[in-house]
Amino acid sequence: MPRIDCNAFLGAYPWRKVPGTSPDGLLQALGRTKIDVAWVTHLPGLFWRDPTEGNAWLYETARKEKRFKPVPTLHPALPSWERVLADAVTAKAPAVRCDPLYLGLDPAGGEMRALATACGAARMPLMLAVRLEDGRQRHPNDRVAELPAAAVRALIRSDRAVRLLVTHADHSFIEEVHFGSTPDEARRIWWDISWIWGPPEDHLARLLDTIGTDRFVFGTGQPLRLPETSVAKLDLLDLSPERRRAIECDNLQALAVA
Amino acid sequence: MLIDVHAHFFHARTPRADWRERNASRLTAGEKIGITAHVASILGSFGFTSPTYFPSPRDVTAGNDALLALQRAHPDRIRGYVCVNPNYTAHARAEIVRCLDAGMIGIKLAASRRADDPLLDPIAVLARDRRVPVLQHIWQHRRRDWPGQEASDAVELCALAWRHPDVAFILAHIGGGGDWQHSLHAVRDVANIYVDLSGSGVDGGMLEACLASVGVDRLLWGSDITMDTGWAKLRYLEALLSPQDAELVRWKNAARVFPPDAFQAD
Repeated sequence: MPRIDCNAFLGAYPWRKVPGTSPDGLLQALGRTKIDVAWVTHLPGLFWRDPTEGNAWLYETARKEKRFKPVPTLHPALPSWERVLADAVTAKAPAVRCDPLYLGLDPAGGEMRALATACGAARMPLMLAVRLEDGRQRHPNDRVAELPAAAVRALIRSDRAVRLLVTHADHSFIEEVHFGSTPDEARRIWWDISWIWGPPEDHLARLLDTIGTDRFVFGTGQPLRLPETSVAKLDLLDLSPERRRAIECDNLQALAVA
Repeated sequence: MLIDVHAHFFHARTPRADWRERNASRLTAGEKIGITAHVASILGSFGFTSPTYFPSPRDVTAGNDALLALQRAHPDRIRGYVCVNPNYTAHARAEIVRCLDAGMIGIKLAASRRADDPLLDPIAVLARDRRVPVLQHIWQHRRRDWPGQEASDAVELCALAWRHPDVAFILAHIGGGGDWQHSLHAVRDVANIYVDLSGSGVDGGMLEACLASVGVDRLLWGSDITMDTGWAKLRYLEALLSPQDAELVRWKNAARVFPPDAFQAD
């Protein structure tokens, strides 16, 4: 079964020098860490006034490299955003992403709720990042707030069909949302493991026990973060092959095709 | 061999009800990673009866006693830093002598007093006399005071290191929060400061920057409270470096910085 990274980026980061942001660089990292497929987003676009301007390059890059699956970016306050969602469906994107605070949007406001509803109707998972970098080290002018857990709870409640894939969340964020949701709501949220601590605090082991393996997916945040981290934290768990495969592959495939 | 130069353990008089599980988890994960020696400290009562970063003398002693007990229980795996609060000079110096005599191999300074403060000089003198390194807790580029600690940054550690050129100082957890680029610029030309790679930060480009700043001879591997990130950085370094250079980071640099008999060979 392939190992799928649902949380990868292509392109330069505006706030500091990061190696390995080109398609070739990402492919090298995938080879190094035995990751078969990466769901990729155009990183510079996240910081543009119109983030969708990066999507054409993203689609073209993914067309040339079968190991990349495009996760295009949406901006639900721009006119004709619905067409961007329709394009993603046509392109068989595994998910779309919107990081509302980077766009200056209320993370649980009207635009985001409309997007959640549209994604639910299109059966398209909506991806959001809690953060991209540790808040203690960000550039002095990089002042975008982190996604609040309350916004995730509000979005999952806003539409009965929407499915959310939340990346870069730590254990307390995940617990707050999961146990602040009904079982039906919680079943429509997936969490990537990139920001969850392993031993000796054992946050990931605890979450797998208390929340369940089926809610967690393999993600790295590369190249902003070393992809080795997500592999290492799985290697440090005593997981059965079936549970590990669920995290590395099956849960994401189920999310993408549901 | 693999030496973790930045580890912590807990004990019964801390707020952690799960202290036994956390200690056991560190040792179990260490087996999987292949850690030969956990060089650890205990910061007093970790906030139970005095603040983690401002431990009372009584808590300092109790924490060090707990670590000495762990070192005796796991003589093949655990080594100790004696943790002290420099605001209590006499107690700190006595505690250093007591714990080094009992087999500890380094000194841990957390965030009780700024690193460039003269109160750290008598501790550095003792470190020189006993030929042990000082692991200094660092906030990478501290732009302001943070609650609960009198944190230091690399510039302040450099001031201390310039005053004590015969002492090896370890800049703690380059991935532990804050602007690591600032620290790497600061310590580049200060030959008696070594960079500990621990911390939860696993930023792309950080290890390349460490190598560019201080070179492979001044890097020490460590985990702090996230062993998964430590292992990830080790794996990436082993892809970047020759096997010979990777050995320097894994243990040979540490073997050079700590006392000669500090570690058993595999």
